[in-house]
Amino acid sequence: MKHLRAVNQKAHRIESNAEALKEDIVALQAPGGAAPKVHVPMGCTIIFSPGWEVDSAGGTAGLCQPVERDIYDCYATCFWPAQVPDHLNNSPDWTSKCASATKDWRNVDIVFP
Amino acid sequence: MTMYSLGEFHKFHGGDQDFLYLVPSGGIVALDGMTSEILEQLDQTPLSREDLVGRLCSDGYSANDVEECINELREVKAIRNGQKEYAKSEPLPEAFPLQTIVLNVTNQCNLSCQYCYEFGEDKVATPEGKPKFMEWETAKSSVDYLFAESQGRKSVHITFFGGETLMNFPLLKHVVTYARTRADELKVKIDFSLTTNATLLTPTIIEYLAENAIGVTVSMDGPKEMQDKFRVFANGRGSYDIIKPKVQNLLANHRTRPIAARVTMTSGAMDVKKIYQHLKHELGFYEVGFAPVTTSPNRLYSINERGMDSVLEQFNELADEYLEFALRGEHHGFSNVSDTLSELHQGVNKSLPCGAGLGMVGVGPSGDIAPCHRFVDSDQHVLGNVTTGIDREKQNDFLTRGNIDTKYDCHECWARPLCAGGCHHEAFVRYGDTGHANLHYCDWIRGWTDKCLQVYGAIAAQNPSFLDHFSERKAS
Repeated sequence: MKHLRAVNQKAHRIESNAEALKEDIVALQAPGGAAPKVHVPMGCTIIFSPGWEVDSAGGTAGLCQPVERDIYDCYATCFWPAQVPDHLNNSPDWTSKCASATKDWRNVDIVFP
Repeated sequence: MTMYSLGEFHKFHGGDQDFLYLVPSGGIVALDGMTSEILEQLDQTPLSREDLVGRLCSDGYSANDVEECINELREVKAIRNGQKEYAKSEPLPEAFPLQTIVLNVTNQCNLSCQYCYEFGEDKVATPEGKPKFMEWETAKSSVDYLFAESQGRKSVHITFFGGETLMNFPLLKHVVTYARTRADELKVKIDFSLTTNATLLTPTIIEYLAENAIGVTVSMDGPKEMQDKFRVFANGRGSYDIIKPKVQNLLANHRTRPIAARVTMTSGAMDVKKIYQHLKHELGFYEVGFAPVTTSPNRLYSINERGMDSVLEQFNELADEYLEFALRGEHHGFSNVSDTLSELHQGVNKSLPCGAGLGMVGVGPSGDIAPCHRFVDSDQHVLGNVTTGIDREKQNDFLTRGNIDTKYDCHECWARPLCAGGCHHEAFVRYGDTGHANLHYCDWIRGWTDKCLQVYGAIAAQNPSFLDHFSERKAS
């Protein structure tokens, strides 16, 4: 916000909620609310379906797709030995609320071991 | 057509800056000049977006900036489009684990304070035929009940209360040992506190309390003449001379927790500054909290309206002193301010005035569960027993009555995110219904909340890092 300045903790939460609605992560969504397509890996490179990529600076901020996109495949196909919940033993239901990755990716939540 | 008008908020000023206290969210935002002007325009009459932009542009603002500013005000709901509507509070979660249990280890007391809500003329307790002292079996069941009902919480709390708590000190020690062992087994953090009139403190007890880091609140009304007015023994003798050396000993030797004094203000003890000066600076309490006596209005010791105005004036002066300390980054012991600032900083928005009957319950010597310590031993308010559990229907009735949604008088009030209608017990004593809004102190609460907002605003503008103290403080 430019004209109002959040002062207490609640106002900061209100502000970040409002900002989150404005700047949604469009790359993860089916455009314009269209029917979700079959999940196709869409990381920085579709050949490496998909791993953890880093940008030229060694971070993730400059990637053309957000890292959340990748994390699903690290879990579902065990493609990459990344730190995601393990679906064999500890978190078999992690993606149960994520029927379609392009639509429901927000339901893939943080797990506290 | 979109017609904008003012939303619900309370505008206040602190440290040369204008702020809004947003209702009901509890958010606090600082305003720039353009925002203030938009709000002033809408205060006169509702306006369409075009008219609003037009008026501001004619004052020299750019249309883009005004549009942006209107959007921001909409986002925080400081302006609205359409009818004013009361937003219902969110339903409580189905499972609400217990956090605090208040054990009334005895309902006996060695003092006979005339205004006492447990023994005085307005008492709600019906102790006849019930145990006077809590037995070990009951205490053990209470601790077990706390752990069983607090699943999912990382830390729990036991407060010892009375009667006079220290009249059953052996039980207290037993409970501490047992609860600590259980907490270790369950890997839960536990802490303890107690309230006492200080008459029975001994060096051995003080050493025990310090060693076990048990928080202590001393009920004390001020210097001798005020303390001895109502805090007397059964023979009418005042208690000041007995407790003074004991309190000094406590403050000198119990350094593991900050020690607080809790003052009951009556017609005989209304000199806030004098009381504060004595308890904080002459005796050395870490902090001092004040609460007006809970009573029906006609009692000798009740404070009349003019008296409460004078109390507010003195509270305001002491709050100004608090602010001076805060701007220098120093601790000030007026806990009525720090408690309110803590809630303002978090931006609490209460559907219930306190945790009574929800995250906190009181348990009487018989093991009966009450919404809080003030209702202990009252047949009318019993919610269950520690051996058989809480009666969900009764609990639900209590919580539904107390909910802000059913207190229609409160729906127009900007102070409701903090107050939520006020103390259930006070409401019962005044109006015979725990769910009645405490209408007798509305103006007072608004006056005091406004003062605390000004203090908060001034600190936020001039020494914002001081507010970090409140980031970790627990909401009450």
